[in-house]
Amino acid sequence: MENTFAISVTVNGTPYQRSVDPRTLLSDFLRYDLGLTGTHVGCEHGVCGACTVLLDGEPVRSCLLFAPQVDGHEILTVEGLGTLDDLHPLQEAFRETHALQCGFCTPGILTTLLPYLEENPNPTEEEIREAISGNLCRCTGYQHIIDAVKLAAENMNP
Amino acid sequence: MKPAPFKYYAPTTVPEVLSILKEHGYDAKVLAGGQSLVPMMNFRLVQPAVLVDINNIPDLSYIQNYEKGIRLGAMVRHSQAEHDSQIKERVPLLHETMPQIATTQIRNRGTIGGSLAHADPSAELVAVTTALKARFKIQNLEAERWVPASEFFVGLLMTTLEPEELLIEIEIPGLPSRSGWSLKEVARRPHDFALMGVAAVLTLDKKDRCQSARLVYLSAGDGPLVAEEAAALLQDQEISEDLINAAAEKAATEEIDPGSDIHATADFRRHLANVLTRRALAEAYQRAKGGK
Amino acid sequence: MTYKVIGKRVKRVEDPRLLTGQALFVGDVTLPDMLHAAFLRSDYAHAKLISIDVNLALEVSGVVAVYTAADMGDAWEPGPPLVSPPPTLENVVFNSRRQVPLVKDKVKHAGEIIAVVVAESRYIAEDAVEEILVEFEPLPVVVDLEKCLEPGSVLVHDDLDTNLAAHLVQNKGDYESARKGADLIINRRFQLDRGAAVAMENRGIVADWNEKNQHLTVWDATQSPIPIRNGLAARLGLTQRQVRVIAPFVGGGFGPKIMMFYAEEMVLPWITMKLGVPIKWIEDRRENFYATTQEREQIHEVEMALSKEGHILGIKQTIIHDTGAFNPYGLTTPLNTQSHSMGAYDVQNYSSEVIVVFTNKTIVTPVRGAGRPQGIYIVERLLDIAARELELDLMEIRRLNFIPPDAFPYEHKIIDQAFVPLILDSGNYEPAFDKALEMLGYEDFIKKEQPRLRAEGKHVGIGIVPFIETTGVGPYEGARVSVEPSGKISAATGVGTQGQSHMTSFAQIIAEHLGVQVTDVNLVTGDTAEFQWGTGTFASRGAVVAGNAVNAAASDVRQKVLKLASKILETPEKELELEDGMVRVVDIPDQSISLGELALLANPLRGAVEPGTEPGLESTKYFGPAFGATAFGVHGMILEVDPETMMIKIRKYITVEDCGTMINPLVVEGQIHGGVSMGIGNAYYEKLHYDENGQLLNANLADYLIPGSTEMPHIDVHHANTPAPNNELGTKGVGEAGAIPVPALFAQALENALHDYELEILETPLSPNRLYELLHKQEDPS
Repeated sequence: MENTFAISVTVNGTPYQRSVDPRTLLSDFLRYDLGLTGTHVGCEHGVCGACTVLLDGEPVRSCLLFAPQVDGHEILTVEGLGTLDDLHPLQEAFRETHALQCGFCTPGILTTLLPYLEENPNPTEEEIREAISGNLCRCTGYQHIIDAVKLAAENMNP
Repeated sequence: MKPAPFKYYAPTTVPEVLSILKEHGYDAKVLAGGQSLVPMMNFRLVQPAVLVDINNIPDLSYIQNYEKGIRLGAMVRHSQAEHDSQIKERVPLLHETMPQIATTQIRNRGTIGGSLAHADPSAELVAVTTALKARFKIQNLEAERWVPASEFFVGLLMTTLEPEELLIEIEIPGLPSRSGWSLKEVARRPHDFALMGVAAVLTLDKKDRCQSARLVYLSAGDGPLVAEEAAALLQDQEISEDLINAAAEKAATEEIDPGSDIHATADFRRHLANVLTRRALAEAYQRAKGGK
Repeated sequence: MTYKVIGKRVKRVEDPRLLTGQALFVGDVTLPDMLHAAFLRSDYAHAKLISIDVNLALEVSGVVAVYTAADMGDAWEPGPPLVSPPPTLENVVFNSRRQVPLVKDKVKHAGEIIAVVVAESRYIAEDAVEEILVEFEPLPVVVDLEKCLEPGSVLVHDDLDTNLAAHLVQNKGDYESARKGADLIINRRFQLDRGAAVAMENRGIVADWNEKNQHLTVWDATQSPIPIRNGLAARLGLTQRQVRVIAPFVGGGFGPKIMMFYAEEMVLPWITMKLGVPIKWIEDRRENFYATTQEREQIHEVEMALSKEGHILGIKQTIIHDTGAFNPYGLTTPLNTQSHSMGAYDVQNYSSEVIVVFTNKTIVTPVRGAGRPQGIYIVERLLDIAARELELDLMEIRRLNFIPPDAFPYEHKIIDQAFVPLILDSGNYEPAFDKALEMLGYEDFIKKEQPRLRAEGKHVGIGIVPFIETTGVGPYEGARVSVEPSGKISAATGVGTQGQSHMTSFAQIIAEHLGVQVTDVNLVTGDTAEFQWGTGTFASRGAVVAGNAVNAAASDVRQKVLKLASKILETPEKELELEDGMVRVVDIPDQSISLGELALLANPLRGAVEPGTEPGLESTKYFGPAFGATAFGVHGMILEVDPETMMIKIRKYITVEDCGTMINPLVVEGQIHGGVSMGIGNAYYEKLHYDENGQLLNANLADYLIPGSTEMPHIDVHHANTPAPNNELGTKGVGEAGAIPVPALFAQALENALHDYELEILETPLSPNRLYELLHKQEDPS
């Protein structure tokens, strides 16, 4: 490898040090270097939103970032939300309303919504549609996702 | 769809950036937000030998007032500008433009400077900064220069930036009193590149006549397209529906130079320009009248 | 029949894994020593391959191997015909031409594979792909469905003297006689264009040959793991036991994830057997647009004969169907169009000719709807036109022609994709239609709201379109259900899962019979090591065919449970009930035994299993329907159009869906929502733009527009229930239904919204640009 780049990054609260080829996309870094395969890759040109992760709390496309760019930063992926036995209220709401079918786009939608619901505790349907408009889903027609967001908003901000 | 190899630099000061750019010239590409560049790299349409990441330079992300308007560091991210109260107050057209640009995730990462330097003729910021007569501060190792937006964009994805130069700051003057503004666009889906768009700025005199007008189009040519003749039709006139229609017709049929692609023919784009100009001018006029 | 679990809105058991990022997709498979493949694909749509030089690619550090067709030797052979023409069809011309693993002599569509690089990472593999030198001799390109049949046309396949891939005619009744008695004859030409399925997960394969075990494992994002396993074994000279194909969680299928084989599915197993290390390839989005199959491009010349009262006397049509460069999927799609062109109507006289053509474009196989949306589009458009010409109400003309409820089973007498004469098993159309009108507020809208909106200068239109969908065809699926000593139920079926909720809905069927919680059922789909008989997930058949197999197996296990429990509890079977994982004597709750204990007793370590019985509480059953179950539905929308910008807003969207017995209404609604979104894409957003050189101009998601959350309306769903008469559960498929009527519906609503322009829409998809052209033509007749 011509040049490698040493990075330190905290992902889901765990610090990692890795040496990477600088062209490694953050999505590939998470999936291959860290084994966090919950972040999915749908287009690698920044349109579908499946690979959305939180960079210092903000949703970004991990396919449009190179791994060295997150050196010294914090990442949250879907694995950093709830667990199998203890789902995050947002995840629970998705389950409750059947807001996922194949589930491939879901991690990116969850990470998009997490900070959104903190800032917008009581969104309208139109606002929710706008909030997830950067995430493509081919299975659900988005309707149950909207139901899930409403339910999550209720449950997270009682 | 993986990018070709490159040498990666992550300088932390502007002079460092400038010296790397000077050393590598055309081989180097500046990585700002990367929301246009990285897709092109993933498709291997662009294969820079050297990538200069300027995201680690802390002092390029400021938003400052100055007596006439707002100054933005080139690395101000779209989302930062979108939620900035000074911009909302002093450059409302820019404020209204921000949410129309791409999606949340892209706006969280994309930068104002990056979008301008990329000079995509369908980018809202390219047209809006031109409409607002912004000017850009550009540096190389030896000197700095200021370039008005009207001279900065020179062609399709082309600016006056030299390989060893970096865009540092964008200065956007506010509008005089009794001004109105509007950005109207048509996109297939709200966050897609617009098939056509127009930024209109109108200032009225005390007698409600048009003191100055500016119409700048996106997706209407190789760069931001300024419809000067249409604006001239409005100059010193009382704004009426007929006048607006005439200006729209002029701009749409004679001044803009849209191309055809899979999404729209030039003919449809001209039609849309006409419709959008009418709507934008009507809105700008209402706002100008309502203003102080 | 009243159920306790079937028919309930049960939360999905697969969700926790998917929601936490713990579900395994093919892309997540990583094995020791695994290498990565990248493909060099042809940019040309039609070109002779003169030479390939891979030497520079081999020099790239990290590259292990580069292969071309020549390297495959005897292993190079085209894919097998996945679906043959129905042997029951007479006088069929079918020129079978199948896709190849690597191009040998001539490229036939852009995206075909010239060479494959195997390297330490996908990045390096892609670097090396750029170093392969290829000399092509570009050839003239065939893209047009009609010009390709003209004498002297360039040929896609040089060993054929024509671009005709297939030809067939099917007749019902006597159209020509019917025509003579007609008061109105409508002739129209319809142009329907191509779209892509765009599953959010692209395809992917990991192939792993274990030399010591002489065993091949393939993880494949496929809808049909068992046929892939069988085909690979045959192809590679292995027994079926030596090959295991796993379709783990698959991120959406929608049709194209069934092929046998995609080129990559032929190449990767061959490489892993050659190199002895695992090989991974994950399709990227650009590849997906060139290499994954597509659908819907057809030209129809149609004639409908009607009485002045509006009765359809007959339909005659010629369908030209573009199959792309190869036709591995037989006639499935055009046969569906053929059968669905009669829609929900009693059409006694029908004559239809299908002409299938080869072009230098990506291969065509079914995409959600599979020819049915085209058929429904044709008949519904014709009825709209007929109603206008006869000055009849658009809704009345439909009522007039519906197949009446007492006419079922209704024989259409033409062969359909199931290889048997099409029989619509059941239906009750008019009540559903009435319900749709009511939900949409049709009368009120037409009489009050629309005049008011029009007075305000708004262009708001209404549309209602009924449709049928043949679902749940054979040949068969199977399932195994087993009670384990832990009291948990393990189950398996051969169909794969791409989001259809099988793990939940099949668990509901099992829970219904065995009195356990849905979460106590562990169901595996799509792993040939778990269940090795079956075909796949297609034709809206999972819930019907596999569902009824699960039902039969669970029912059989229940009998075994009751028999054993009866003996142990010394109580007649009819006095026992299965609840909460226990078998109990009715009304005497403390006389009970758990399913787990029974499972242990059924599989003793000593003693004897009685002759004529089997150990364990397990059953494997199959279900093979003679013909399909026909679903029905009605969709309606209120659509606003800005005739200046051509931007649209769907103000209201309703559906009435009759898929017989529902296993899980939540899942059914999800399927409909998703189908509608694809249908809306097919109506106004999604079109693959091929130029005259066979180049796809929008092979990315920024230019190929699938509906996002801001394009989709809220959809109200109402469930009607006409149970399928020929399967125990009474289920009908619903997976494709949502997509089927939408383009026809959109056209009707759009014409209604733009009533002052007197539009007649004869094509789909539309777009703002195309709509502008159509309106402009109206305004300016020159």
